[in-house]
Amino acid sequence: MSSIASRPAADITKKETATVTVPVSGRPVKGIESASSSQAMSKKPRLQQRDHPVLFELGAPGLSGVSLPPSEVPSVDRAKTIPAELLASELPALPEIGELDVVRHYKRLAHRCFSIDENFYPLGSCTMKYNPRVNERVAALPGFAHLHPYQRESDVQGMLELLYRLRCDLAEIAGLAEVSLQPAAGAHGEMTGLMIIGAYHRHRNEPRKKILVPDTAHGTNPASCATCDRSAMTVRSRPDGRVDLDDLRSKVDTDTAAMMITNPNTVGVFDEGIGDIADILHKAGALLYLDGANMNAILGITRPGDFGVDVMHYNTHKTFSTPHGGGGPGAGPVAVAEKLRPFLPVPQVIKRDDGTFGWDENRPSTIGKVRSFYGQIGVLVRAYAYIRSLGCDGLRDVSEKAVLAANYLAARLGERFTLPIPGPYAHEFITVPIAGDSGVTENDVAKRLLDHGIHPPTMSWPIQHCLMIEPTETESLATLDGFVDAMIEIADEIEHDPEVLRTAPHMTPVKRVDEVAANRRPNVRWRAE
Amino acid sequence: MKTPSDRRYRETHEWFLLEGDIVTIGLTAHAADELTDITYVDLPEVGKTVAIDEVVAEVESVKATAEIYTGVAGQIVEVNTALVDNPELINDDAFNDGWLLKIRADSPTALDDLMSAKAYEKHIS
Repeated sequence: MSSIASRPAADITKKETATVTVPVSGRPVKGIESASSSQAMSKKPRLQQRDHPVLFELGAPGLSGVSLPPSEVPSVDRAKTIPAELLASELPALPEIGELDVVRHYKRLAHRCFSIDENFYPLGSCTMKYNPRVNERVAALPGFAHLHPYQRESDVQGMLELLYRLRCDLAEIAGLAEVSLQPAAGAHGEMTGLMIIGAYHRHRNEPRKKILVPDTAHGTNPASCATCDRSAMTVRSRPDGRVDLDDLRSKVDTDTAAMMITNPNTVGVFDEGIGDIADILHKAGALLYLDGANMNAILGITRPGDFGVDVMHYNTHKTFSTPHGGGGPGAGPVAVAEKLRPFLPVPQVIKRDDGTFGWDENRPSTIGKVRSFYGQIGVLVRAYAYIRSLGCDGLRDVSEKAVLAANYLAARLGERFTLPIPGPYAHEFITVPIAGDSGVTENDVAKRLLDHGIHPPTMSWPIQHCLMIEPTETESLATLDGFVDAMIEIADEIEHDPEVLRTAPHMTPVKRVDEVAANRRPNVRWRAE
Repeated sequence: MKTPSDRRYRETHEWFLLEGDIVTIGLTAHAADELTDITYVDLPEVGKTVAIDEVVAEVESVKATAEIYTGVAGQIVEVNTALVDNPELINDDAFNDGWLLKIRADSPTALDDLMSAKAYEKHIS
């Protein structure tokens, strides 16, 4: 392994929170004592803390949410129409339940979920910013929401114009020549970018197989290399988190297709050596790929195309305020330099000479289509609404505030937590709890934050024992200070009451879960008694 | 924690024990401790030919995923199938029962370039 714990299992933070739900209130709690006394007063646990039955345990035989009119179709004897061996011996165990109880069931579950709309969510590397409501209004406009992909171009000119303008805006923000909106998520964008890189080298009769990846890279980078039949080779970082240029030079050769880099990188700093990195690769005939995960730190401040990047992807959910759905839908537009334009996916949305908009399929060197129809249109509408509502100055302000918020938190937390990578930081930073001989781990700190109504930061990645904190630009000073207060209280607990951390969380509907058993012997199936 | 001196180590925390031309590969106890509870091991197919410094296996814990590199080129002759149902063997006994795979080495002398137990202990201290 390249370094211990250098890459998260699928997604550590999600794994971490999958079985842990919302704290009772957004207010910080002071400790177990106050928690138990408030519970004693109310006798019963608060509604959200109560154990909740599954849908199959609710209802009763004969209950129903609908009343159907008498059937006008004559009934037939199923034994005579379906072979006996295909008939089930008993009816499936489906819940029988009234509509209101179904509504309440799902509402209760929804209230147990943690969301950015209710609580602070400083999840490093994921940019959990607020999703402005105006995006939803725009996306719900009938002219956008009720379209069908098979409608004639002349019927959907408004949507086509939006997509055309969006791809031009994204190219401008990237400082690159052209953008494809097709990829359906960030990792899909990586795959598309690597396919474009592969097509470029093939076109020059150079079968380059090797992709360089820094040891701080997101796990998706080497995974995308494997998907595209390329081998990933790790490039070392220096202690300050920047790419070790000597190690890079020793690994670049005529088989190197590209380097995939994240800048600002995952340890939270902007690698000022990016120009040298680009030069080293370009001199060897290789390309520079930028993972756009951290674009939220540089909007309108610098552009990937200006610092030597040839191809990049955006994560619209990280940078342009589209929702982080439960696994989707996302959008991962890909931007490329001039020399890579011939290889972009088709169809491409274009503006014709007569001012109308349409789809262009005529690109002979294209890698083809990477997504059914035209991409995640509903998500792209939200991204466009965000870009237009902020404008150029507004987008730059987003990044400046995100960077300011991160550096403010780092400055305040630095007194009680280790900051292994020296600042100044971009829009996120990593911090390590000072555990002494308390035995307290980053996991315990993360669990305890749940009691304060705060989503745990990304843990144990990209370096051991760390918490990666990203406040984003959308949090008020009061919220940031509240987070620091909670962290300082936890630092006090490490010194004086570590047991309260080792057994946290105490205020959530589900307490500390057995993660080892959940991973080794997962039991996710409900069975009737 | 004792680091056995009968084998070689890679800076990425694999150990390599040479017996004849067969090299047994495992993860060090230090690495297993840092990963915490190991929950899943992805082992290669027996018979596969591997190059030096290639990723041959993956070890996943509740905390992270770690890649296992070869220290020698050769052919995989055996994998520790006991780990499939009991990945915790690596946590319990990393240097013995928790072994991962065995390679018939093309050139066992390649191991000479790797670290001794003493050098590895210094590396992790």
